[in-house]
Amino acid sequence: MAAISREEVAHLARLSRLAVTDQELDRFAGQLDVILQSVARVGEVAADDIPPTSHSVPLVNVLREDVIVPGLTTAEALSGAPDAAEDRFRVPQILADEE
Amino acid sequence: MSDLIKLSAAALGEKIASGEVSAEEVTRAHLDRIAEVDGRVHAFLHVDTEGAVEAARAVDAKRAAGEKLGPLAGVPIAIKDVIATKGVPSTAASKILEGWRPPYDATVMTRIREAGMVMLGKTNMDEFAMGSSTEYSAYGPTYNPWDLTRIPGGSGGGSAASLAAYEAPLAIGTDTGGSIRQPGAVTGTVGAKPTYGGTSRYGLIAFSSSLDTPGPCARTVLDAALLHEVIAGHDPRDSTSIPMPVPDVVAAARQGASGDLTGVRVGLVKEFSGEGAEPGVMAVFRDTVEALTKLGAEVVEVSCPHFQYALPAYYLIAPSECSSNLARFDGVRFGLRTGDDGRNSLEEVMSLTREAGFGDEVKRRIIIGTYALSSGYYDAYYGQAQKVRTLITRDFTQAFEQVDVLVSPTTPFTAFELGARTADPYQMYLADLYTIPTNLYGGPGISVPAGLSDGLPVGLQVMAPTMADDRMYRIAAAVESTVGTFTPPAL
Repeated sequence: MAAISREEVAHLARLSRLAVTDQELDRFAGQLDVILQSVARVGEVAADDIPPTSHSVPLVNVLREDVIVPGLTTAEALSGAPDAAEDRFRVPQILADEE
Repeated sequence: MSDLIKLSAAALGEKIASGEVSAEEVTRAHLDRIAEVDGRVHAFLHVDTEGAVEAARAVDAKRAAGEKLGPLAGVPIAIKDVIATKGVPSTAASKILEGWRPPYDATVMTRIREAGMVMLGKTNMDEFAMGSSTEYSAYGPTYNPWDLTRIPGGSGGGSAASLAAYEAPLAIGTDTGGSIRQPGAVTGTVGAKPTYGGTSRYGLIAFSSSLDTPGPCARTVLDAALLHEVIAGHDPRDSTSIPMPVPDVVAAARQGASGDLTGVRVGLVKEFSGEGAEPGVMAVFRDTVEALTKLGAEVVEVSCPHFQYALPAYYLIAPSECSSNLARFDGVRFGLRTGDDGRNSLEEVMSLTREAGFGDEVKRRIIIGTYALSSGYYDAYYGQAQKVRTLITRDFTQAFEQVDVLVSPTTPFTAFELGARTADPYQMYLADLYTIPTNLYGGPGISVPAGLSDGLPVGLQVMAPTMADDRMYRIAAAVESTVGTFTPPAL
């Protein structure tokens, strides 16, 4: 049985903001099925009482001294932007006119 | 061809410091070599001729002014394109970042500049460091200098190939599942993954943040150690950077070069006894282990029962983190924007941008990660993989109670032909079989040339406990002292 269907891949692509093509869906569905069936082997390990590890080092909040250090200028921060206006990143319209 | 390009970084540094040769001469020799061979090798995505000559002249000026130079001052270096370099294109080999010039330097890059090293340019890689052959670069593959029909490994194939082709004496790589070590193995060069947190991730374009580790690539173990010393150490700008002194890797490499391993306990991983590996790789591995014994090492077999689950756990954890990390590529702050025609919504523009900007492997991993993290599947996939990670860490901890280091082949097979594994992505993943456990544990690992199989390089991997990076350099240098280095046929 397939671990993942073409429809599921299409749904996941939408969630991932990837406007995939039909050809890509055809290709990915089979490939992702092979990958998922292989990685599902982690389920063979009896690990109910094992704590998860997210990082190999202890995660603690790292706070710096509250001193002012130079950061990027506005021009530097915007230097890679696909579109900028009035010292800001310009994006496509988010809200409709009547809102 | 200038003889300068054949020298080690250590020798170049000495010659520059003593004034026997200028940094500019050394830099120009390497730039000439790049111009001569890179059309065939394609190790570089961008060559910064002007910046390199300028940096070299600055070193020569310092020397002329009587300043004492560090051991690698004036030595050229190639930088993997996943490292942010101020004002110099940094694309991670992706179309989504085509032409992006970062407004800042990665910490690794800052330290390289402070050491007076000369950046030659940016090296090719699998897109966003996802791959084992450099065939997933959006700008075309890199070719292995040993055989131009074969892959140079990945993701850092460009960095490794630049060394094997004598285009650079040193390079920077990043290792998330083997991306420094496996290219080192298949190009006959040295690649070291430091302890996770031992080198800073600041300015490294993120793939899997709990695993990503920058590290040195070189042609000799001592050169790798010298570069390790330059880039390692605590960085307040990386929250997982370890605030501890850097192990003395240079001293360890010099000690290992004496070839005496009396009293060193070396463990062979029982579960890595060769299933799925090429017979030629295993033959070189067995010979190398035999050589270690002759150098005085005590070799014992240890069991790491959960290592067989490392590959599946990794291919859940890394895609999960990548699906989150790559959300930043939304066509707003940097890089590509597609479909912004005044009619498409922001969400549509994001989806069209990501569709146009990412290659197949990146898309596959984002989708797998999104699946593994989604409600209903999280416990069975990502959650379970994190528990397996705990068990693999315990395997390492228990093994290091019995032995000082573990050894294995670096990768199950030598450089394969281009196109051999692209149709079935899982076949590509198997290249990382032996390197991944170390990433999940967080300890250091190094690949050192061990021999040839059918004329192609085979690497030995040495794995050590976290923050015992010096140990792996000592063993690797001892291996090098007994098996020597390997030179590819002339290009």
